[in-house]
Parts: sequence; structure tokens; C-alpha cells
Amino acid sequence: MSLDKLNQLYRAVILEHAANPHHHYAVPNATNKKTLHNTTCGDTINLSLHLDADNKITDIGFTGQGCTISQASASMLTDVMMDKTTEEALAIAKIFSDEAIGEKHSRDELKKLGDAQVLTQIMEFPARIKCATLAWWALKEALLKNAKGDK
Amino acid sequence: MPNWELVRQDFSELRQTMNGERLAYLDNAATSLKPKSVIERLLSFYQQENANVHRGTYQLSFKATEEYEDARKVIQHFINAAAAREIIFTRGTTEGINLIASTYGEQNIEPGDEIVISLAEHHSNLIPWQQLALRKKATLKYINLTSTGEIDLADAKQKITAKTKIVAVTHVGNVLGNVSPIRKLAELAHQNGAIIVVDGAQAVCHLPVDVQELAADFYAFSGHKMLGPTGIGVLYGKQKLLEQMPPYQFGGEMIEDVQLDNSKWDQIPHKFEAGTPNIAGAIGLATAVKYLEQVGMAQVKARDAELMAYLLPKLMAIPGVKIYGSQNPQQHVGVVSFNLGTLHPHDVATALDMEGVAVRAGHHCAEPLVHSLGTNSTVRASLAFYNYQADCDQLINAIKETKEFFKGELR
Repeated sequence: MSLDKLNQLYRAVILEHAANPHHHYAVPNATNKKTLHNTTCGDTINLSLHLDADNKITDIGFTGQGCTISQASASMLTDVMMDKTTEEALAIAKIFSDEAIGEKHSRDELKKLGDAQVLTQIMEFPARIKCATLAWWALKEALLKNAKGDK
Repeated sequence: MPNWELVRQDFSELRQTMNGERLAYLDNAATSLKPKSVIERLLSFYQQENANVHRGTYQLSFKATEEYEDARKVIQHFINAAAAREIIFTRGTTEGINLIASTYGEQNIEPGDEIVISLAEHHSNLIPWQQLALRKKATLKYINLTSTGEIDLADAKQKITAKTKIVAVTHVGNVLGNVSPIRKLAELAHQNGAIIVVDGAQAVCHLPVDVQELAADFYAFSGHKMLGPTGIGVLYGKQKLLEQMPPYQFGGEMIEDVQLDNSKWDQIPHKFEAGTPNIAGAIGLATAVKYLEQVGMAQVKARDAELMAYLLPKLMAIPGVKIYGSQNPQQHVGVVSFNLGTLHPHDVATALDMEGVAVRAGHHCAEPLVHSLGTNSTVRASLAFYNYQADCDQLINAIKETKEFFKGELR
């Protein structure tokens, strides 16, 4: 049955994150925020985070609505980005977006993605890459905006 | 009645599998499949008859011009336009509507004027008017829909006033599949001195269309949604209006006389066809029209209705499926939008894809309408006359399996 292939995409961990998303809130007193839309389906991710004086993410959360993949991806992102510096966070986000365009990383590098490792199989479902990468683009834009001093 | 089994064999794309399953192509509202005759016509044109039109003095160019202009006549008869010169070849519905907004709209809309559209419009019949209204400091008004998504005629009577210059509505909605009362809206528009622009993109492939019967001033549609190639479309316009309008684009083939400091425009329709047109596209579209006429538009309409009457009750019988718009299959011309519980349409569409069923998920380029339905997106299944009851069954079974797969997610 073809739905067996669905199991490759919708692993238990993804369904779990989507059903019970982590850090599903707007960060109070956020230093950096970014809202992104997936124009093809109307999904929205509002990402907010708090950077301390050492450029470390002390809190991160998201709100919005969307499909299982986009919501699970955002939830996984918040787990992995907590307590990371801006530099570390951007490096991890790059691993994720590289994988989405087919540029492979070593197993050790992939481990840095935490639960989001399973989403790197999204290449099997090209129509869903945008859903998986939405939150990661939001993070990049939120952080880079800050790097330019445009808080 | 045509032999639908034979008709189906004309569409080679259907003879393939998707994700290891029989392909059930139910995204016809996005684009239709192409019959063998259209594909072969494109091939033979490019292999044997390729030449530019309206300029060559040699036999090949003369022949290409003749074929291109014959295509215009085929379209004219298909929609019962009064003359072939009322048929302008465009890139598609979007270009047709933009053409009217940029020419008729620029010429006639003044500050304080009103443009009236409906809440059911595709972005291509919304944004050109919204932007025109912004440029001209005019007001854009929306006709409300009834609870089943039909155009509310009582509201239309309120919205269309003496200040209204343009009324623009879809003939068949691309999300709910309902038919708009074009003739009545045209009468309202004309009584108030306005013109009516009709977006026919979803209608021409399902219904016999008679632009004079509809009393449409403009009627725009796309070739690719009616068995023709992509990149070719048609804008019908009443001769009197087209003659008064300024050109849309400037260049070759649209001029009568060019001086250093001024130029004179050619007659219609050439005034609106600057540059080398999509010659093969127009000829391919005429071949598609001939195919539709051979099947018969009345038969096409009846077949679509028969398939929808089969599909809709089965869809509604699945617990958790929410249908948007009317519950009556007769009010869904080729299109039905739905959601499965709280599952996101993208997740549903991916699961259906795994089962060989091609559907669309999202806001279908009609955000105001989809939001008015109280959701951000829907799954949309859309039929064509070459679909089968087996395609409907495959969709129904795939939805049931999807429900089972995501049972933990469904609320």
C-alpha cells in the first residue's frame, strides 16, 4: 500500500511534535521576531526569541497555523535553538537548509539538528520542502536582521 | 452519448501510474489534460508549417496566417461572438483581464468611480481591479455571497450603482464550482451604465458559452484549462468597446503607420496583438475546441454533472469531511472543496498523492473567498469529462485511508 511511504515522511516523532508542539507561545519581551507565510498554502509562522547581551538565545517560541510538517518543524527548531548563540544557531540552520536543497552533511553534523534530523528526508517529498523550511527561514531572517543592528 | 472509454483513450497522460498507483487526475481546474489531436497538431505545425504570420510574402507564411486567423474563427463560433475581430489572442485569462484594466480601465475610470467585483473572485480577477482602483482613487466594492457561496443578487443590486463603471465577476467559481447569474448581473451593470467583464476560465471547459446570450462586454479565458496548450488564451470584447480602447502593448503587427513622432494603430483585433503571437498555441487551441465540439459541450456538461452527482454524496458520507459551498451536486460545476477534520489540506494532499490521486491544496488563488469560508485552505478535487467513476472511488478510498493513517491527529 502506498500509504506505507507516508510513514517515511510522517514519522511518529513528527506527528508527536505537531500534536503537542514545544514552545508554542510568543516570547514576552522578544528581542527578535519574524513572521513568514507560505504563499502557496497560506501557512503562517510567527517566530519570536530573546537574545541576551552575549547574543545567546535565552527563550524562543512560535505561533501560527499550518500543516503537520510546518508545525512540527517549528517545534523541533525551538528545541534545538534554545541556549544557542546567534552564530551557532545560524550554522545549524544552514545544515537544515542545505539538506533541503540536497547538499548532504555528515552524520555528526546532522545530530546537531536534534529531532529535526528526520525532516531531512523531506527531499523525498519535493512538494513539502517549503513547509519544512518555513520556520528555519524565519529564524535566519530574525537573527540576521539583528546582526545588522536593525532590532 | 459519446463512448467515454474511447474518449479517455485520447488522453495518454492517464495511462501512467503515480507513486505506483493508477493515476486519478482530479486537478482539472488547475489545468486540463491534452488530447492526442492537440499534441499532434502542435507537432505537425512545428515540423511542417512553422512560419511567422501577417508579414511573409511566401507560401508558408501565408498558410500559417490562414491557420492562425481560422483559429480565431473557430473560437468565435465556439463562444458565439458576433465577429472574429472580437476575439483577441492573449497569454491566458490573467493577461486578458489585465489588458482590460490597463486599457479600458485606464481610459474610463475616474476618481470616485466604483468597480464592483464579487467575493468569489480568483486573484486574477481581483488584483487588476484593486490596483486600478488604487491608481485612480476609485472604490472597489465586493458583492457578498450567500451561505452556500452563490452570488447574492440582492446585495449585487445594492452594490451596483450609478457610480459603477465596471462589474467584474467569475462565470464559474474556481473554489466552490458555482455558476454566477451573469445575464442578470449584466442587466444590472448595463442599467447603471457600466460594463461587465466575465472571467470564464472555469466555465468554458464545462458549459456551453454564448457571450451574446450572457450579454457580456468582455469574456476572458485560458486555453490550457480547456484541453489546449499553455500560454494561449482568449479575450472576447464587443467590437464597439475594443475600437474605442487604446492599445495594450506597442510593437510590430499592431500598427497601420509609423512616423518619427507618432503612429497609427491597426484595426482590431491586431491593435491588441503586438509582436509575434503564440501561433502554434492559437492553432492548438482551435484543435482543442474542435475536439470539445466533437464530443459536444452539452454532453461534456452532462458528463461533469453525472460524475459530480456520483462523487459528492460519497464524499459527504465520510464522517469528518466538511464540504464547502452547496450540498447540492448541481451547484458544483466540476469543482468541490473540502477539509478532513482538523487535518491540514497539505497533509491530506500528500497522502492522496501517495494513493495516486492528484488534487490541489491551498487557497486556490482566492484568499478573500477561502477566508470568508472560515478557513485558510481547502483540498480541491476537480473533474473533467474524461474522468471516471473509478477516479471518484479512488479519491473516496484514499480519503478513508488517509483518515485511518492520521487517526491520532484528527480532531
